[in-house]
Amino acid sequence: MAAVTAGSGAGSGAAGSPEAAGGSSGGGGWRRPHGPLQRYYGPATAEAAEAAPDPTDINGPHFDPEAFMTKVRSECPLGQLLAREAALGREIRALDSDMQTLLYENYNKFISATDTIRKMKVDFRHMEAEMDDLAANMAAISASSARVSAALQERHRRGAQLAGTGPGRFTGADQWGVSRGGADAAAELVARAARERVDRYLRALQTFFLGCLGDVRQALAAPRPPGKEGPGLPDLLATLAASVLGQLKAVLAYVQLFTARDVAFASLPYFKGEFCVTAVREGLVVAFVRWLCRTARGFADGPAERGAPAAPPALLLLLARLCLDYENSTISYILTLTDEQFPPQDSGPAVTPGPALCAEARAAAQRLLDHYVQVQGAAVAQMLRKSVETRDWLGTVEPRNVRAVMKRVVEDITAIDVQVGQLFEEGVRRAQSSDSSRRAFSVYSSSRAPGRYAPSYTPSAPMDTHLLSNIQKLFSERIDIFSPVEFNKVSVLTGIIKISLKTLLECVRLRTLGRFGLQQVQVDGHYLQLYLWRFASDERVVQGLLDEVAASAAHRCLDPVPMEHSVVELICERG
Amino acid sequence: MEDDAPVIYGLEFQARALTPQTAETDAIRFLVGTQSLRYDNQIHIIDFDDENNIINKNVLLHQVGEIWHISTSPADKGVLATCYNKTSDTKVMTCAAVWRMPKELESGSHESPDDSSSNTQTLELLCHLDNTAHGNMACVMWEPMGDGKKIISLADNNILMWDLQESSAKAVLSSSAALEGKGQLKFTSGRWSPHHNCTQIATANDTAVRGWDTRSMRQIYCIENAHGQLVRDLDFNPNKQYYLASCGDDCKVKFWDTRNVTEPVKTLEEHSHWVWNVRYNHSHDQLILTGSSDSRVILSNMVSISSEPFGHMVDDDELSDQEDQHQEEKIKEPLQDSVIATYEEHEDSVYAVEWSSADPWLFASLSYDGRLVINRVPRALKYHILL
Repeated sequence: MAAVTAGSGAGSGAAGSPEAAGGSSGGGGWRRPHGPLQRYYGPATAEAAEAAPDPTDINGPHFDPEAFMTKVRSECPLGQLLAREAALGREIRALDSDMQTLLYENYNKFISATDTIRKMKVDFRHMEAEMDDLAANMAAISASSARVSAALQERHRRGAQLAGTGPGRFTGADQWGVSRGGADAAAELVARAARERVDRYLRALQTFFLGCLGDVRQALAAPRPPGKEGPGLPDLLATLAASVLGQLKAVLAYVQLFTARDVAFASLPYFKGEFCVTAVREGLVVAFVRWLCRTARGFADGPAERGAPAAPPALLLLLARLCLDYENSTISYILTLTDEQFPPQDSGPAVTPGPALCAEARAAAQRLLDHYVQVQGAAVAQMLRKSVETRDWLGTVEPRNVRAVMKRVVEDITAIDVQVGQLFEEGVRRAQSSDSSRRAFSVYSSSRAPGRYAPSYTPSAPMDTHLLSNIQKLFSERIDIFSPVEFNKVSVLTGIIKISLKTLLECVRLRTLGRFGLQQVQVDGHYLQLYLWRFASDERVVQGLLDEVAASAAHRCLDPVPMEHSVVELICERG
Repeated sequence: MEDDAPVIYGLEFQARALTPQTAETDAIRFLVGTQSLRYDNQIHIIDFDDENNIINKNVLLHQVGEIWHISTSPADKGVLATCYNKTSDTKVMTCAAVWRMPKELESGSHESPDDSSSNTQTLELLCHLDNTAHGNMACVMWEPMGDGKKIISLADNNILMWDLQESSAKAVLSSSAALEGKGQLKFTSGRWSPHHNCTQIATANDTAVRGWDTRSMRQIYCIENAHGQLVRDLDFNPNKQYYLASCGDDCKVKFWDTRNVTEPVKTLEEHSHWVWNVRYNHSHDQLILTGSSDSRVILSNMVSISSEPFGHMVDDDELSDQEDQHQEEKIKEPLQDSVIATYEEHEDSVYAVEWSSADPWLFASLSYDGRLVINRVPRALKYHILL
């Protein structure tokens, strides 16, 4: 109620508090709220002032106490006056306490504000230091980040390209590299990545080849159900060669990514020249071919005897043919292909000429074939050796048939002939004379001697036989046991037969024979001659060796009485 | 005028036993034993006159049987031992005996007797090595550089050590060892090591090489599977204690350090058929001689495993510039091994090769057809080694 409030305000102002009265009499300053406070606390008083300048309005700005007192005395009864005064007093006290509270609060606020500001000042000092550190760190970080991002940009770009995002997107890379100021470094990075890639491809090729070899070995060693033919060697060889060649071509295609025309860094001089030659041609293709030759050759040179499982002879034969094919055609094909896809520059570094690689391949093939001949020859020779060493040649009975071991020898050599024939061509054989298969296997090698020997030696001419056999040797061709094997079937077979028969000769020389022992040798020799001559490139080789066996057997015999030739033939035909 | 051409001598019979006259160190002499089943066997004493390059021979009759192995005493020039075959209708037995040759033939003489062709003298039998209990004798070895009183013979699977008493008229078995195992074990050859005070021998049986101590007659080491096939011969390096060479029917020659028998130190694969003999040169152990049934004799230079691997001998001409540097700085780079020469004078299998005990640069090789060829180390190499 505005009136009551105004009245109480006036009352308190007039009679409530003595100091207020004193104060009010002293100056109107207290009674009229001053500027800012008034503005803050009493916008209503401004309105009230504009409403009506009422001197009796306690709350009004034009309050006049005299007028108010007059009005109140005249209007109100005493009781009301007293009540009014009490109310006014109460209001005054309430207002007073409010004001005190307000003041107190204000002061508190001020103090806490001051404290806060002081605290902030201290904290800000710390923070300033830390901010300085932070600023320095940030500067460093931003510098490194700039460097790292510069470096990674290249890789990222290349990686994305190789992953197939398309080279077109990065055509700006070159300029970017230049703009970065590290054109050479960028090229070097790319080059290094390219070389590493090529190395990896080379190793992958090597692993692949070894895997193929493992498959071949397994195929060769797999037990065959009876009646079913094993994998033909030509098939195995064709598969092996085709897979390797296919893989090599695929690798070349991958490497092409580095040098494709639309790739930006392909225009770098490194990629145009040196990469093609050094990395691809030499580092990949030539290195792989060389490694292949070395690995193949390793099967022949490797330490096979000390318990390690030796390579099966079929594998040796297969690898020999593979190397030979490489020498004949594959190497030149591969090199041509490489040169087409990665054209070498004229002024580039030195290249391995094709013929040098072909020579390596041929050497490997030769070594493998020689080793094959040795291995197979040793196998047959072992049979013959055992047969001579274990037999009692002095006490043996008159021969009735060819010894079983001879038949086995012929069977084995026939099997080898078939095996070699699968991969190598026949070869040239010396034209046989018409009676070749019916050549008499004579203990005395009469075919070349000037005359027929007397069947028994006479002591009066101790030198004759020896002299004659020496003369014989002059006329007959000297048999070279190990003339290098040529790449055809008859040469291989001849080599194997030579080893076997030479072993037979050596073993016979170590024994002492009785008459029937000699005859058995005679029978066996004739049988061998009947069946082995057709495998050799020159039947005279077989004949000559068997003649020597016969001569040595005769020398080692205590009682050399040869069997009648017709009987020998009969026995052999029966066997 | 010395030339390197080979000198050939032909026996009329087959032969495979050859030995230098070990005790003779002045004159070059070899002994060859024949193998004939129908005629009296002989021992030819070959005297080589190296100034004139001629051969003088003397023939001794050895009527007891064909000779498979012959060896001479290192102490007494006139004493030798042979392993020969005694044949009957049903059995052949290889026996061994010690002989003495006539006094006048003991030393080399460069004049051949006027009636040389018919002048065959006989050997005096000193003693038999009784092997009735043991088997066929494979070879007889004399104690190297010894007094000629101790010999070892290999009979089937037995090693027999004999003492020769009463000036070799009696042979007493002093100790023996036998090789145990399944199957028919048989020694093929053996060699007495000149090292360790001559107390070690090595034997070959089948594919294994075994070392034995003669004092205890126990096996010291065994090189299993030394060769893929039969081992034919052995020889010890005269200058390096633990090294020996072996050769076999796998056409290879392998060099071993007996302290590590799992791996050969070196392998030579120059021959194309069985290698019957391997011999170190008595003084210069880098020179290795091998004979094979491919009718070839190969002289190899195994410098890297010799006693002078960095020696002043240089094989390749490229190294000759570095020669002095090598000697001064002792760079650990062994020189190259190589084949020096291949001798192809034989037309039949070569069963024996031996260095002369008088001239370290000369050697003889014997092939089955009775051809004995005397050859020398190429002069260029000889001067390289010497200088």
